[in-house]
Amino acid sequence: MSENFSALLYLAASVCFILSLQGLSSAKTSTRGLYFGMVGMGIAIGTTLLSPEVTAFALTFVALIIGGTIGTVIARKIQMTALPQLVAAFHSLVGLAAVSVAAAALIEPHSFHIGQIGSIAVGSLIEMGLGVAIGAITFTGSVVAFAKLQGLVSGNPLIFKGQHLLNALLGIVLVVLIIMFSLSESHTLFWSLTIISFVLGVLLILPIGGADMPVVISMLNSYSGWAAAGIGFTLANNLLIVVGALVGASGAILSYIMCKGMNRSIFNIILGGFGGGSDAAAANGSGQQRPYKSGSAEDAAFIMKNAKSVIIVPGYGMAVAQAQHALREMSDILEQEGVEVRYAIHPVAGRMPGHMNVLLAEANVPYENVLELDDINRDFKTTDVAVVIGANDVTNPAAKTDPQSPIFGMPILDVEDAKTVLFIKRSMSPGYAGVDNDVFYNDNTMMLFGDAKKMCEEIIKAIEE
Amino acid sequence: METTVILENFETAQQVVSTSGLSPFVIGLTVFVLAIFIGYYVVWKVTPALHSPLMSVTNAISSVIIVGAVLALGSAETAFGQALGFAAVLMAAINIFGGFAVSQRMLEMFNSKK
Repeated sequence: MSENFSALLYLAASVCFILSLQGLSSAKTSTRGLYFGMVGMGIAIGTTLLSPEVTAFALTFVALIIGGTIGTVIARKIQMTALPQLVAAFHSLVGLAAVSVAAAALIEPHSFHIGQIGSIAVGSLIEMGLGVAIGAITFTGSVVAFAKLQGLVSGNPLIFKGQHLLNALLGIVLVVLIIMFSLSESHTLFWSLTIISFVLGVLLILPIGGADMPVVISMLNSYSGWAAAGIGFTLANNLLIVVGALVGASGAILSYIMCKGMNRSIFNIILGGFGGGSDAAAANGSGQQRPYKSGSAEDAAFIMKNAKSVIIVPGYGMAVAQAQHALREMSDILEQEGVEVRYAIHPVAGRMPGHMNVLLAEANVPYENVLELDDINRDFKTTDVAVVIGANDVTNPAAKTDPQSPIFGMPILDVEDAKTVLFIKRSMSPGYAGVDNDVFYNDNTMMLFGDAKKMCEEIIKAIEE
Repeated sequence: METTVILENFETAQQVVSTSGLSPFVIGLTVFVLAIFIGYYVVWKVTPALHSPLMSVTNAISSVIIVGAVLALGSAETAFGQALGFAAVLMAAINIFGGFAVSQRMLEMFNSKK
C-alpha cells in the first residue's frame, strides 16, 4: 500500500474518531458514536497491518488476540462502582504502551523511517524524549491512582517535607535530560529520563487526596492523550496526533469541569493535601453537639407518600452501600402513589465524571428523570421533600455563606429550600471536607440513621403497608 | 563571499522545498493545533450524563498508539525490539477492546429503558 493511500485511510479513521466523540452529545446518538469509534480503530489497525514494513503477522495477531480477550473479559465483569479503578488501570496501559513504542523507535529507528541508529534527527529525538516522559508519568501516576481507588494504599494525601522542592528539582532534571538526550541520542540518557519520569509520576499523584480523584482521573485521561500525540510526532503520523489532541483536550475539559464542581484550582489540587481525614477529626471534636431531629423509616415513608414531588440527591455513599437498586424500587413505588420523583446530580457526586449517572442508569433509573445541578437547583423551592442519600458536602450551605469554610465557593444543591429534607446517613460525622453541615440542624430536616440500602428497603416496606 | 553564502543557502532552501516541502514537524503541529480546537468544541457538547462513557471511549481511542506498536513489532530486527513491540500491541489491545466493551455496557444501560 502506498504511503499516500495509507495517509488517506488514516484521515478517514481520524474523521471516524471525531464523529465518535460527537455522537456522545446525546444518549440517542451515543451508540452510533461508539460504532464510529470501533470502525475508526479497525481502519487504523488494518491500514497499519497492510504497510510494507510489517511482516511479523503471526506475533501481531497473537498479541491482539491475547490483549483483546483480556480486555473484553475484564470489561464484561467489572462492577460499575469500580469503573474509576478500571479507567485508571487502562490509562496506565496507554502510558506504558507509549513508553514501549518510544523505546522501540530508539533502538530500531528504521521501522519508523526516522533514520539509523546514531543518526536520528534531533527533532525526532526531542519528540521521542517528550513522548516517553509523558507516557512514563501517565503510567506510574495511573498506577498510584488505581491503588488509591482500589484501597490498596490509603486515600489520604501523602505529604512529606520538601515534597514540592523535590518535584521541582526532578522536573528540572527531566528537562535537562531530555535536552542532553536530544543532542546525543544516548541510550543511557533515554533510560535515565524514563526512570525519572516514572518516579515523578508517583510523586505527583501521591499527595492528592481521595476526594480529588475525579480530577486526577480526568487529568491522567488528558496525559494519556498528550502521550499518544507525542508518539504521533515521533512517527510523523497525523492520525496519532489528531487522536492525541482530541483525547488531551477532552481530559483537560473534564478536569476543568471537575475543578469547578469543587471550586478548586488545578494547581491547588496538584499541590495536594486536601481530602484526607485529619481535618475531620478536629472539626468534629470542637464545640458541643447541637440538637437535631432523627426519625425512622416509617416516618420517612409517611412524609414521602404524602408529598407531591420528591428530589433524590445521591452521593458516593449511596454507591458504596450498593443502594441504587433499592433506591430505584423506592422511587418506583412512590411514583405508583402519584409522587413525582426526580434525581439531582452534583458534578462531583461520584468518583469520576458522570459516574453517578452510570450507577443510576445501571439501576434502570430513566435517563430523563436524572438532572444536572444547573437544571434542577431552582426546583428545590417548589419541592416537598429532598432526600439526601450518602451525600453531604454537596448540600452544605456553608459553601455559599462561610468564607472560612474549606468548601467555600463550591456550587451546591440547595436542598434546604425544600419543605422537608431527609438525610439518610450512617452517623452525624461530617463528609470528606470535614465540615459540619448546618442543614442537619434545621427544623425541617430529619436524619435517618442507617445503611443506605437497608434504609431504602425499610422505607419500601413501610410505604407498602 | 556573502553572495556565495546566500546562493548556497538559496540552493539548499530550494532543495528542501523541492524534495520534501514543509518539515513533518510543522505539518504535525498544524494538524495538532487544529485537532485541539475540534476536540474542544466537540467535547463541550457532550452531555454531562455521558461523561463516564466519554472517558472510556477516549481511553479506547487513545490506544490508537497501537499503530506505532504494530509497526514496531512487525518490522523489528532485534529480540528486544520485538519484545517491546509485542508488549505494546498487547497493552494497547487490552485497552481498545476493554475500553469499547465497557463503553458499550454503559451506553446499553442508558438506552435500555425508553
